[in-house]
Amino acid sequence: MRPVRTLVLVAIFVIAQNGNVNAQCKAFAKRDCLPELASYTHDGNYHAAVLVEGEEAELYKTFYSDMDYRVAIVGDEKLPAIEYRILDANKNVLYSNKENNFAKTWDFKLQSSQQLKLVVKVSSFNKPGEMPASGCVAIMFGFQLKK
Amino acid sequence: MNKRFSIGSLSLALILVISLFTGCKGGKKAQQDDITVDIKDKDEILQDIKQAEKIFQALPSPLESAMLIKSAGARFEDKLLNPVSNVNNYVTNKAMAINLGIYTCDLSFASLYEQTQLLIDYMNAAKKMADGLGILKAIEQSDIDRLEENINNSDVIMDIVSQTFMNSNSYLEDNGQPATAAMVLVGGWIEGLYISTQLVDMKDFNGNKLVARIIDQKLSIDILLNLLSGSKGNPAVDALMVQVGKLKAVFDKIRIDTSPISTEFDQTSKTTMLKSEIKTDMTPEVFLELSKTVMEIRNSFVI
Repeated sequence: MRPVRTLVLVAIFVIAQNGNVNAQCKAFAKRDCLPELASYTHDGNYHAAVLVEGEEAELYKTFYSDMDYRVAIVGDEKLPAIEYRILDANKNVLYSNKENNFAKTWDFKLQSSQQLKLVVKVSSFNKPGEMPASGCVAIMFGFQLKK
Repeated sequence: MNKRFSIGSLSLALILVISLFTGCKGGKKAQQDDITVDIKDKDEILQDIKQAEKIFQALPSPLESAMLIKSAGARFEDKLLNPVSNVNNYVTNKAMAINLGIYTCDLSFASLYEQTQLLIDYMNAAKKMADGLGILKAIEQSDIDRLEENINNSDVIMDIVSQTFMNSNSYLEDNGQPATAAMVLVGGWIEGLYISTQLVDMKDFNGNKLVARIIDQKLSIDILLNLLSGSKGNPAVDALMVQVGKLKAVFDKIRIDTSPISTEFDQTSKTTMLKSEIKTDMTPEVFLELSKTVMEIRNSFVI
């Protein structure tokens, strides 16, 4: 019975911890990512998750020609640099923060409305034999009417 | 793998490892006394992680939808909003989720047109929906008080609207209710589309900026279906997918041709312009069919 009891305890522990981590992501997003939007109005959507070193996330969103946009992508300080690319429907890379000193934000506007794809990747510390780092990564969008 | 850990997939093992590393350090030693966990080779773990990538489907938020309507030069019409007197009609999880999205869109619309009393009424209606869904601290009385105190400060109002919406959807996402979160977004998106289509003056159809914004919503219909398909099997979501499928069939009649995108960076504003030409084709007949389909769906939500 002991292994079963242990497993139940571990499961409860894992669920509780995972809930805590998620709640921490919301707090992290508000504390560390939201301020990066500065004068842009946050659209109110929430995109955050715990990612692990080497892991990728994708986001699909339509952007409109009437707006100026800022995207802010911020990772927990325990994580290595967060890389992200913005691609069009034909998978052409329109922006890569890797070529811009791993900038957390990118400001853009569109001549015509487009659906774009964001690919976010937690880079690697490249430390073989060690457990991969993990932490929250938040993606937020701010907008303002085109100037 | 150790048999005592065999019920866990790699994901469980990984979550456990992450959990141990990210919190509750005081309990770590005691756990180690009781169980043995095989930690896989890092490369193998990373390989598995890559296969489990996270995909976000981002619909325009109610605030963004309302902003798009206003930016197209549309007028405000309160009779298009879902009356707050309907609030007691919504008792199921699905109805409350969809109408949380609808009321949030309506309150965003009211806030952008400085309809102060309506804004407070709709914030209260949205609060009732959020409370009904058990979303803790989504919209608190202090938010409504702050709204009343800053009723002439549009920046603060937008900030409150955005924050309360984020409180709702983050709570639902973080508490394992993605189907409910998706239904909230669907409600808000359909309401924005409903208000837009109702505000189009058919005598001014050609070259109408609002019509152009409505055509743009075709770009989001697949995002919407993908968002819902993440919760396929949930009866409420399955029913919504049928309704959205009908809408997609109408959107499919609209042609959008886009030229390749080129980028141009403006040093002064530090902003990148994504340049491309777009050609669209929507006849008045297709618009009327779209408008009718949206109205049918929206009416099924608010009754």
